[in-house]
Amino acid sequence: MTLTSDNKQTNIENSITATIDGIQVQVPKGTLIIRAAERMGTFVPRFCDHPALAPVAACRMCLVEIEGMPKPQPSCAIALTEGMNVKTQMTSTVAQEAQAGVMEFLLINHPLDCPVCDKGGECPLQNQAMTAGRAESRFDIEKRTFPKPIELSTEILLDRERCVECARCTRFSEEIAGDPFIELLERGAKQQVGIATDEPFNSYFSGNTVQICPVGALTSSSYRFRSRPFDLVSVPTTCEHCASGCSLRTDYRRETVMRRLAWEDPAVNEDWNCDKGRFAFAYLKENRLTQPKVRTKNGNQVDALWPDAIDFAVKGLLQAKGKVGVLLGGRLTMEDAYAYSKFARLALATNDIDFRNRVNSEEEQDFLGSVVAGSGGSVTYADLEKAQNVVLVNFEPEEESPIIFLRLRKAAQKGNLKVTAIAPYLTRSLEKINAEVVATKPGDEAKVLRGLKIAQESIILVGERAAATPGTLSAVIEIAEKTNSKLSWIPRRAGERGAVEIGALPNLLPGGRPVTEVSARNDVGAIWGVNGSEIPNKPGRNHSEIIHAALNGEIKALVIAGLDVMDAPDPQALGQAINAVDFVITLGIQENSLTRYANVSLPVAPVTEKSGTFINWEGRPRPFGRAITSTNALTDARVLAMMAESLGLDFGLQTIEELRQELSSFGSWNGKKLDKPSVASGGAANVSVGSAILSTWNLLLDDGALQKGEEHLAGTQRPVIAHLSEKTAAENNLVTGDKVTISNSRGSIIIKLEIIEMVNDVVWIPSNNHDSKVKSKLGAKEGDVVTIHKGSF
Amino acid sequence: MAELPQMMRAFGVTFLSMFRKVTTEQYPEEKVPTQERFHGKHQLNRHPDGLEKCVGCELCAWACPADAIYVEGASNEEGGRFSPGERYGRVYQINYLRCIGCGLCIEACPTRALTMTNEYELADNSRTKLIYEKEDLLAPIQPGMVQPPHSMIDDFVAQDYYDGKVKGASAEQFAEVELIKQKNQGM
Repeated sequence: MTLTSDNKQTNIENSITATIDGIQVQVPKGTLIIRAAERMGTFVPRFCDHPALAPVAACRMCLVEIEGMPKPQPSCAIALTEGMNVKTQMTSTVAQEAQAGVMEFLLINHPLDCPVCDKGGECPLQNQAMTAGRAESRFDIEKRTFPKPIELSTEILLDRERCVECARCTRFSEEIAGDPFIELLERGAKQQVGIATDEPFNSYFSGNTVQICPVGALTSSSYRFRSRPFDLVSVPTTCEHCASGCSLRTDYRRETVMRRLAWEDPAVNEDWNCDKGRFAFAYLKENRLTQPKVRTKNGNQVDALWPDAIDFAVKGLLQAKGKVGVLLGGRLTMEDAYAYSKFARLALATNDIDFRNRVNSEEEQDFLGSVVAGSGGSVTYADLEKAQNVVLVNFEPEEESPIIFLRLRKAAQKGNLKVTAIAPYLTRSLEKINAEVVATKPGDEAKVLRGLKIAQESIILVGERAAATPGTLSAVIEIAEKTNSKLSWIPRRAGERGAVEIGALPNLLPGGRPVTEVSARNDVGAIWGVNGSEIPNKPGRNHSEIIHAALNGEIKALVIAGLDVMDAPDPQALGQAINAVDFVITLGIQENSLTRYANVSLPVAPVTEKSGTFINWEGRPRPFGRAITSTNALTDARVLAMMAESLGLDFGLQTIEELRQELSSFGSWNGKKLDKPSVASGGAANVSVGSAILSTWNLLLDDGALQKGEEHLAGTQRPVIAHLSEKTAAENNLVTGDKVTISNSRGSIIIKLEIIEMVNDVVWIPSNNHDSKVKSKLGAKEGDVVTIHKGSF
Repeated sequence: MAELPQMMRAFGVTFLSMFRKVTTEQYPEEKVPTQERFHGKHQLNRHPDGLEKCVGCELCAWACPADAIYVEGASNEEGGRFSPGERYGRVYQINYLRCIGCGLCIEACPTRALTMTNEYELADNSRTKLIYEKEDLLAPIQPGMVQPPHSMIDDFVAQDYYDGKVKGASAEQFAEVELIKQKNQGM
């Protein structure tokens, strides 16, 4: 019998032959006994062993007999050696008795609360107590108890008496996440997991410890006592929060999502996901729109039937014909974004469509059209793991794409990866991947990049914030070509890459086809069943231009979908634009400030109630099916199809199958792509005492629209503080702990200051946490100059 | 005529039974008590201070072979709790059109919150009336109990309730509920 590792054929020279349960096995050198046994179909019971964590032999459950060794040995920590003769519990009474003995010890202090424990039904301890335990306990004295539960953080709760001290959680936090906030404390029977008194378990990956806990010791506040495994219907889904594209398992009950777990996907998220993906789903139930609403002549919004609402919407669009703009968010599935792209071109005869409801530039859309669209799979997670050199430009991995962070950390832990980050300071997450920071003022990125020595064949990861500083994206392309490096663009939202691919941009058609190319328009026209000349040939307006045109009357109606006003680069301007136009159609899942201004507000399905596809940053399609099927919520594409039909168009796209078939018929584009941008590097602004350059980014956990309704998760947000360098702080008479006011002509933000080692003349604040709301309070972006002074007004 | 003796014997049986004691019960004029362990209507019990014993664990609903029980749990709030511990049964329904009176639910209950009474008069004239809500099932407040929501007895933890250390509502609990009542009247 030959056992091979997952992908490669065993190299005979590098393999050893041993015997397990009398069966000869050949395995690669270094294979642990427990893995070798697993591959031949023998399950050795275990708690502490986890394939992604280093062996520790903490629980002693996996004891086996090894010939020549005086006592049973833990199979999870010993590698097979040449000629070794191992007997597991299947053939050895010694191993069997040893395991039964360990199980008896583990159960001595374990409470008998399985019937009300969340883990009951999916509990390794429960299962293995059935296979390796005694039917009746011999322990008849009082069990050790602890007051329960204790809060490790607002989200993670610990019932200490259930713990078997396997150290999976503490090892995960230290080895994988790099947040060693939990540790085993005390000794002997009192040994327990704990936190430092002043430092809660505020890790972005803390939810994984709940999932890998082999007993019910760790539970989450949001799921504790809500339901049991056998109540739930499990559906594989894709995370809708960021561009990492994690596979998730969504468990729902009575048509309500109860919890979400990381679903193992070796190519993407391995065994893990982040807390946002795991816990932020309460928004699905918050302020849901269920009925179309139209604004009547007297200005009131009233409920309407679907056909009436569609008629009303279409009438409004016809009145503004040729003067309609389409503003989308980055959260749409690829299929829905495609429907908007087609609807704008065919029904509205315009290229005024943009999905970038965030800082954006014309340089960026050229970058997306020339480098990103249609470049699927240029860099993958596996590439990151194997990489020697990675350069991060305007990209903060843990905050903006946490699974990339985990991969970079994995590679950095192995010691062969060098990460260079162009950032204003060494953040904690960059520290955890041993990154070297080239301290850079916002605005100077392009200049710094050009002056930087970058190794040949590196990987360059550029974040969406690069659009804020002119010249950065041009410089990135230039450097990548010069050093023969791979380049990947990492947006923050799950739907952005898909929206690029299907052309929800003013200068792009699906598949990276430029709108200005005749053959591209003919290509697309053939699939859409129209003449290529019917597709508008001039690049349209982008997000900022649409808003500008709405304010000066060139655009009369807006179709707005899947976006939150607070995410807009300038929420105030977007609000004014909405007020200025005659007619607004919104498609969304929630009632919010936006839908209340709409002339027609149409409810659409959230991700759990529809099928779709997100394209992650790698360009990898992440399709998902419908989880909850009992609601009648319609997808955006279906609503647009109804509108198009009512306009008398042969639009198609009624079903997801039809949509996917049409999308697959595009094929790749081999013609001329958009020209690569070449914008001169800007350079940081000059500032004097009393002012500073603003640096800001969104933290993973913030006050975003999809994190609403989950207070336990919000409790694990990072503290809201501003950062200044020592020199800049001294110039402005500020010290750590002071309240600092950051303001511009629009407004001000007052938050606590911490002085750290960072580039001078720059103030860093989080974008969207508590009081620190950069977009709505300042309307500013990275690189803008703000005034700073001590105290409040 | 060979059957005649047999016929006479049969008539004899009928005649003799006319003098036996009748077993017919004069229900509903006369109500005969059931056996002590008769499975009648359910009851949701209370701790001696009035807090509910149900923790909303739903094991009764799982045990039920007729799918007659529906439970929704919720978290207790400090100062206004319905049961000791973390959770209580916010919604509790038993559908007596479905209940077969097997008693598996009361065996499953980990806190002895659910037991069965001897009450058997469960007929009614509409289907909805036969779905009993929590209010219909909860045991009445006895002397010495106070109506939840209120706090646990001072310095007591949930385990003390399960260990039977609670003998009745404390003066503080009475005062607390009185205060809430006054506040509500004032509003």
